[in-house]
Amino acid sequence: MNTPSTTKPPAAAQLSEIDKAMKWPALLFLLSAVVWLLTGTVFALLTAVKSTNPGFLAGCEWLTYGRVQAAYFNCLIYGWGGNASFGVGLWILARLCRKPMPMPGMLLVGGVFWNAAVKIGVAGIIIGDMTSVEWLEMPTYASSLLAFASILLAIWGTLAFRYRQPGPVFVSQLYILGALFWFPWIYVTAQIFLFVDPARGVVQSLTNLWYAHNLLGLWLIPTGLSAAYYLIPKILGRPIHSYYFATLGFWSLALFTGWGGMRHIVGGPAPAWMATVGIVASMAMVLPIVILAVNHHLTIIGRFEKVAASPALRFVVFGTVSFTLAGLIGCVMSLRSVGEVSQFTLMGVGHVHHWIYAFFSMIMFGAIYFMMPRLLNRSWPSGKLIQGHFWCSAIGITVMLVALYAGGWIQGLQMTAIDADGSLVNEDFLQIVRNTLPWLHARTASLLILAIGQLAFTANILWMIFHAVLSWKESLSSAKSSLLPETAAS
Amino acid sequence: MMKSLPLVFFGLFATLALSWAGLLWQGQKQLGGLQPMSEYYAIDPISNKSRLEKPQKDEDRFPQEPVGLAQQGKAQYINLGCVSCHTQQVRRQGFGADFERGWGDRQSVPRDYIHQKRVLLGSSRTGPDLANVGQRRESPDWFHQHLYNPQSVSPGSTMPPYAFLYEKREIGQNGGNLAKALELPAEFAPEEGHEIVPTLKAEALVAYLRSLKLDYNLPEMRLPDESQE
Repeated sequence: MNTPSTTKPPAAAQLSEIDKAMKWPALLFLLSAVVWLLTGTVFALLTAVKSTNPGFLAGCEWLTYGRVQAAYFNCLIYGWGGNASFGVGLWILARLCRKPMPMPGMLLVGGVFWNAAVKIGVAGIIIGDMTSVEWLEMPTYASSLLAFASILLAIWGTLAFRYRQPGPVFVSQLYILGALFWFPWIYVTAQIFLFVDPARGVVQSLTNLWYAHNLLGLWLIPTGLSAAYYLIPKILGRPIHSYYFATLGFWSLALFTGWGGMRHIVGGPAPAWMATVGIVASMAMVLPIVILAVNHHLTIIGRFEKVAASPALRFVVFGTVSFTLAGLIGCVMSLRSVGEVSQFTLMGVGHVHHWIYAFFSMIMFGAIYFMMPRLLNRSWPSGKLIQGHFWCSAIGITVMLVALYAGGWIQGLQMTAIDADGSLVNEDFLQIVRNTLPWLHARTASLLILAIGQLAFTANILWMIFHAVLSWKESLSSAKSSLLPETAAS
Repeated sequence: MMKSLPLVFFGLFATLALSWAGLLWQGQKQLGGLQPMSEYYAIDPISNKSRLEKPQKDEDRFPQEPVGLAQQGKAQYINLGCVSCHTQQVRRQGFGADFERGWGDRQSVPRDYIHQKRVLLGSSRTGPDLANVGQRRESPDWFHQHLYNPQSVSPGSTMPPYAFLYEKREIGQNGGNLAKALELPAEFAPEEGHEIVPTLKAEALVAYLRSLKLDYNLPEMRLPDESQE
């Protein structure tokens, strides 16, 4: 594979042509993503408050804990995650194909269908049509729309890649193509095995684990990595540390991820070899994690003044550090002796947030800070708001992760501890529940901090759009006034 | 290398196809054909072949098909999202403390789930495991009290009350059915002259919860000897 440094980078003029063709689809995805992020946070806060105060809004069946919790995850994953990943991923793909892409209308249709599906799906969960299958809670009348939208977007991505300007293939493109291609596959497979023609017994659970693990590992994580691989060299103006390693990292991640989900069934009703396969695959993930860590961190090292100067890069670097940490914690949690304690505790939801918020979302924030000025041809109105967003996100997610990891580990130890003569150390289950409360309160606080950051982010975006609309109106009226004398003359 | 679209897509396809085939297809092959079985079947652990030791009667074959009302209750369990806090799987003895907590007398095995149109193993134990709750708790009253307001029987619980599955009505009206009414401690009871009555949804949900039992033997997993007659 050619290294990108040997080929001439596309001229700025050409890039702005590409950006122009992608402007409306990218804006549709990014703005929808932000709306879903905020909606998700409202559900997250409801979930968090209800987990410590069970009486809160308890009279309302639509807002019962199980439903708002599912609504939260669906907003976060499909609403925010899906839109951000399509907006950022397809834009990067188009730029790396080095050609203005035709058929933006196909992306708009895909985007409208995707968002309609998530809206219908979340509404379905709230009114009581949810499936109670983890991360597939949306009723089938919504999921079929979602599948259709994802297939449409995958076809567009494939065509874009097929008709790209000849030249090297970038590892960012591989990650995006992978994400676009894998998502419809795992989603449709899961729908068929779970709802259309339900598989017998625990084969359903295996499908669910395979799906949920790959949803993170083969959809959100590749998109995040793709953006990191694109933005770090771009902003620093230097190639990534090793291009050979980057390719190896991609294919080893693709190969090992699919098997890792089975570690969650350790001790459960499935043949023992399955959990073993999951543990081995989780340990094998050390290879792609180390490769990615080397590539991300060594490209950055010694250039911290640039990280401090670029708001986009600051978010991306936070995300890549989280990638390394979340990856290694995942390896440790897969071990049988650790899983025995951590299984079924708050650590699970903590680890999910490590991936979705500390890694994926932070990189998406960085990418959006990089993209929006190029889509709207203007700079961010407030640097202070960006700083506020960064620090609220960094502090908020750190507080949440510490609370859920520490609280979950203690919860797990108390649930499983047995003394020398084989009786329980913490006999009273309700006392263990009560002991998690301080950690759950810390989670509520962390969500509030995250929400403040998200509001700063939203305010900045709205401010920017307001300016863009104003200047568009001005240019329109000045164009009109310059036209007027001519029309009068004719 | 990796410049051509077909080659890239072959790679993308092959990597996911491997885990699909290895886990789902292989899982389906190994577990998809499980049938209810009498404990008198002996399964050879090496060849995995089963051999009949005694004639097999239908009533000896487990697990048995769930009944109607419990199935309706399962729909409630699903649409209320109970799975977000409750697992339905007993881990093997020595792995965790499921046996010591009294959550089951034996481990759950794949055959336990073969009749379930939706399998709800769960991934969080904010509340206790429910795979065997029907054997742990005998009385339907306890379930109703707990669902109506968990604090009435489990003070300090963080489970939300499901009072919306119950009806408050004046005693004597509509031919008030006292037998069905909930017996609640004074601080949770409704005002004088009223009673709390389960709706059909609540009755179905309780029937479902009471049907969750791991009280039968399977050829591959038996209850410990002392609990057998």
